Amino acid sequence: MTSLAPATSNTPELSSGEATHGSSHAEQDHGAHSDARLFGLATFLVADGMTFAGFFAAYLTFKAVNPLPEGSNYQLELLLPSLNTLLLVISSFTFHRAGRGLLRGDGPSCRRWLLITAALGLAFLGGQMVEYFHLPFGLTDNLFASTFYALTGFHGLHVTLGVICILIVWWQTRSGGRIEATSPFGLEAAELYWHFVDGIWLVLFGILYLL
Amino acid sequence: MPIPSALITLLLGMALVLAGLWVGYNVSLLPVDASSNAPVYDALFRVLFSIGTILFIGIVGLLLFSLVRFRRREGDLADGAAIEGNLPLEIVWTAIPAVVVLFVGIYSYDIYERMGGMTPLNDHSAMHANHSALGSAEQPGTAAAIQAGSVSIQAAAVAPTGDGPSTGDGKPPSRVWAGIGAGSDQQGALSVDLTAMQFAFIFHYPQANIISGELHVPIDRQVALRMEARDVIHAFWVPQFRLKQDVIPGQPTLLNFTATRPGTYPIVCAELCGPYHGGMRSSVVVHEPADFEAWLSKNTPAPPPTVASSNSTPTA
Amino acid sequence: MTVASPSDLQPPAPNNQGPSGQGQSLGLQPEGWLRYLSFSLDHKVIGLQYLICAFLFYFLGGALAGVIRTELASPISDFVSRETYNEVLTLHGTVMIFLWIVPVVNGAFGNYLIPFYVGARDMAFPRLNAVAFWLIPPAGILLISSYFIKGGAAQSGWTAYPPLSITTPALGQVIWILSVLLLGGSSIFGGINFIATILKLRRPGLQLMQLPMYCWAMLGTSILVVLSTPVLAGTLILLSFDIIAHTGFFNPALGGNVVVYQHLFWFYSHPAVYIMVLPAFGLVSEILPVHARKPLFGYTTMVYSILAIVVLGLVVWAHHMFTSGTPPWMRLFFTIATSFIAVPTGIKFFNWLATLWGGKIALNSAMLFACAFIVNFVFGGITGVALAQVPFDIHVHDTYFVVGHFHYIVYGGTVFVIFSSVYHWYPKFTGRMLNEDLGRLHFLLTFVGFNLCFAPQHWLGLNGMPRRVAEYDPAFTTWNQVSSVGALLMAISTLPFLINVVVSAFNGKPAGANPWNALTPEWLTSSPPPVENWIGEAPLVTHPYGYGTPADRIDLGNATGEQIWGDSRR
Ligand code: HEA
Ligand code: HEA
Ligand code: CUA
Ligand SMILES: [Cu+2]
Repeated sequence: MTSLAPATSNTPELSSGEATHGSSHAEQDHGAHSDARLFGLATFLVADGMTFAGFFAAYLTFKAVNPLPEGSNYQLELLLPSLNTLLLVISSFTFHRAGRGLLRGDGPSCRRWLLITAALGLAFLGGQMVEYFHLPFGLTDNLFASTFYALTGFHGLHVTLGVICILIVWWQTRSGGRIEATSPFGLEAAELYWHFVDGIWLVLFGILYLL
Repeated sequence: MPIPSALITLLLGMALVLAGLWVGYNVSLLPVDASSNAPVYDALFRVLFSIGTILFIGIVGLLLFSLVRFRRREGDLADGAAIEGNLPLEIVWTAIPAVVVLFVGIYSYDIYERMGGMTPLNDHSAMHANHSALGSAEQPGTAAAIQAGSVSIQAAAVAPTGDGPSTGDGKPPSRVWAGIGAGSDQQGALSVDLTAMQFAFIFHYPQANIISGELHVPIDRQVALRMEARDVIHAFWVPQFRLKQDVIPGQPTLLNFTATRPGTYPIVCAELCGPYHGGMRSSVVVHEPADFEAWLSKNTPAPPPTVASSNSTPTA
Repeated sequence: MTVASPSDLQPPAPNNQGPSGQGQSLGLQPEGWLRYLSFSLDHKVIGLQYLICAFLFYFLGGALAGVIRTELASPISDFVSRETYNEVLTLHGTVMIFLWIVPVVNGAFGNYLIPFYVGARDMAFPRLNAVAFWLIPPAGILLISSYFIKGGAAQSGWTAYPPLSITTPALGQVIWILSVLLLGGSSIFGGINFIATILKLRRPGLQLMQLPMYCWAMLGTSILVVLSTPVLAGTLILLSFDIIAHTGFFNPALGGNVVVYQHLFWFYSHPAVYIMVLPAFGLVSEILPVHARKPLFGYTTMVYSILAIVVLGLVVWAHHMFTSGTPPWMRLFFTIATSFIAVPTGIKFFNWLATLWGGKIALNSAMLFACAFIVNFVFGGITGVALAQVPFDIHVHDTYFVVGHFHYIVYGGTVFVIFSSVYHWYPKFTGRMLNEDLGRLHFLLTFVGFNLCFAPQHWLGLNGMPRRVAEYDPAFTTWNQVSSVGALLMAISTLPFLINVVVSAFNGKPAGANPWNALTPEWLTSSPPPVENWIGEAPLVTHPYGYGTPADRIDLGNATGEQIWGDSRR
């Protein structure tokens, strides 16, 4: 029978490595994971972006290959969506202000800017709703109508989720909450996500409305 | 590390190549060839088969040799030599497959061109076939609509769509999707329309106005098969012709071939299309020209469509 | 902190380093075998959960294959109805890919080994990891349950091409979509976790180019997972709209385009084949050096060839659509791109052969399966390169030639590697050795049965037998029966394996920490390892394939990483 030796249990030659030892343990502690967590989130956003990329590719191919059937309607107004685009772009900046506020230790400013961001997000969603109700076509009218709703709807879902996240972050930045200047991960994650959703909208706006 | 001397390696390599070539040219795995592009295909097959055999036997031989020659003897607890890499060697075995696949790629491109696969779509001969077929469509309205649903990528560059019905000149964009030999010479070709549906192939001879469940073609005359699916995707496959083309709803497709050997061959649906996909078979009968004329005149008042799904034993 | 292990192999009590944050949460987990049914956060438990769960699905998928081969033993449709046959083949493909191969080579071995290889005590996100695993059983059960509902399970093949998937019974198809979405989600979460663990959790001092090859394979695989799986998810969501809400994305009757679906589907499903095989390449790269007692040949080119396969793998998808009426330039491009995958793959194979050359090869069960993998995969790869040639593919597309091609790769390749890996790592998992005689019997039966089953299919395909049929031309009966006999042999071959795995868990020869005298880090701790992988510090293994390097090798079974590499690091 082979006797079992614990790999490295306090064998003398390891004492030199004691310093690294401590740090490798600290590395496992959850606070220090912030780095890996943001990285993980970024990876997830790449994946999420690929979903959109798939939709965009489908839309562009449909556009190139499948003409509108006779008598069908696919007309988009530009005014409201442009306004909406503006709202989202501004909201990216307001979120950034909130983050700066947190890091400065200025809690009230941070929370104010968070609320403004959430309000902008909600306004965007409202605008989207208004647009939906005024469009001259429905989900199943034709290929382009379906694709339009699928794309904007999927993006709208992301915005909704983002607004919820912002509100959670807002709640957690109250004094005594989990998010502080020393543990800003929650806010940073929400901000990264929000910028991503904005970025996707810009691409979407370009492809769907301008092209 | 005893390496076989260069001479032995060379001899073994040559023997291997000869064996591979012999296998490729003497072992027949394909059914009889009955169309003009089947021999072309078979030439490619022989080349691929030879290369594959050489590579496979070579690699497996090397593996077996190592396993025997370098097996661990009883009681030997030492390690093998600490060889971690060898750049020249690694370059060699990057280069060999690269050269092989490059050769194979170019060669198969050549074969593909000879089979008519590279002819650009939408050249006027394809259009011509498209129009003649359009004329015989049962419901021109829907047919045109479906046609409109499939403008090619190239065509779209000319006529961008998205904000209204497409081309302004009123004509539906005529478009036939690629098939093998789509662009080859149409003069004197026999055109046949094929409708695929769950679970049958229906052939229509527009000139003679024959509707048949079996395809009858004369030997040595080009057949332009214009295919369209009613419901789901099917595929038209004649193994003895080495030809297969998906029949996709909404995408009329043209397939050209020339039969070269009289006989009856199976037509097989190769794309899963529902429960009876396995039973969706028919036959193509290749006649001598005189027999074909006889068949044509005998059947010209179109008999009701028959669906042949039994008796499709491959015969040669 | 006891480890469920054979009683004579108690790891020593933990030293007073104090458990880290994760250690604490792990301490709350149930003990003993119950852990394997719990929401455990321990990567080793999760790895084994994946392994066992996937094996259960493998037997299910194999039983479904049994139904297929029984039906095909005669040329007429007599064993099951035609609808059932289509359900069975759809379930077989889906189960085997999404519930067997992908979870095993990624989830099971990835979770078990990667933290060891990067010198971490767990994955980057243990909770996400557990979630990823626990998505699998419900998804699998959901999928199977669809067989029993009205209308039955999905009938449109694992590719679910519309319009067929829109016109077959809707409920089964929607459940199929749902369960594939869940499995895809699981796979994405896993992929994110692997990327973060490999790139961010490496032990200080450990360079990327010092990682065991399996880490690189998993990095490449995870990149493919993250880039391609979401596209499948989006596509299937659109397909489900077509089915439920009657939109017309892929429905030509409503102006949609079916070929777009095919492009999007294969954009995932071609990379998926590398998701199924790259980790297997990695595992083989771990196994061969150990039993050949030689360093892995050409580490650097191995790494670059993995990256090349990842890049090329993303741009070859349309080779599944050569008969779909794709334009000529597109066919040409995809032929060339596909063919060139043979180059990086070939590099790996030649490097493996060079690893064996001049070694001291122990032909045990692990090695037998690993070497047979080389044989089978080269065969399947060569038929793959043939398939990549448009003119060749036009004849054999959607025939049994393709079925033969991919079973040679997924079964003869990946499944053989999985068996090899089980023989190789079972001592680490359980602390006990598997029986060699049963292992060799298992190998013999599997190898013979496998070749008997799938080699004739190439001939069948060339001669006119399409795939996905319940009835066929009687001229093909003989070879189909041979194939069915082969399948039966494969089914029988699982018996010695199962007996071996179960009996050895209780009666196997105790393995000790490092029965193979291997150098990769998982062997430098007890078998099975303690909860936090190492008592004390993680060894710094910078030279995981340093066989033959220190001529006077110390007793590896009892050595620490520092002892082995302290002086031979370069
Ligand atoms: C793990 C899974 C896996 C892997 C790794 C592969 C690897 C490859 N596959 Fe395969 N394939 C499948 C699984 C896989 N395949 C599946 C499941 C299908 C069917 C899907 C369906 O329709 O249901 C399929 C179908 C399929 C098709 C479509 C066939 C059709 O439907 O008409 C094609 C066509 O190009 C193809 C090609 C290839 C090629 C070129 C490789 C290459 O990567 C192989 C490269 C390897 C080698 C070549 C061997 C080693 C190299 C050397 C020893 C060097 C020397 C060699 C040469 C110079 C040639 N595969
Ligand atoms: C990815 C992995 C994978 C694996 C491992 C397998 C394994 C096997 N496959 Fe698989 N197969 C696919 C993936 C896989 N397959 C895919 C993707 C398809 C395409 C589906 C489609 O067209 O959509 C396919 C299609 C397919 C077909 C073609 C069906 C058709 O087109 O009509 C056939 C036919 O022979 C077949 C046979 C087999 C056999 C005999 C095995 C054997 O190797 C299986 C061996 C294993 C066993 C035999 C299990 C042993 C255990 C038991 C028997 C115990 C039973 C237990 C109980 C009943 C409790 N498979
Ligand atoms: Cu029609 Cu299969
Ligand atoms: Cu592929």
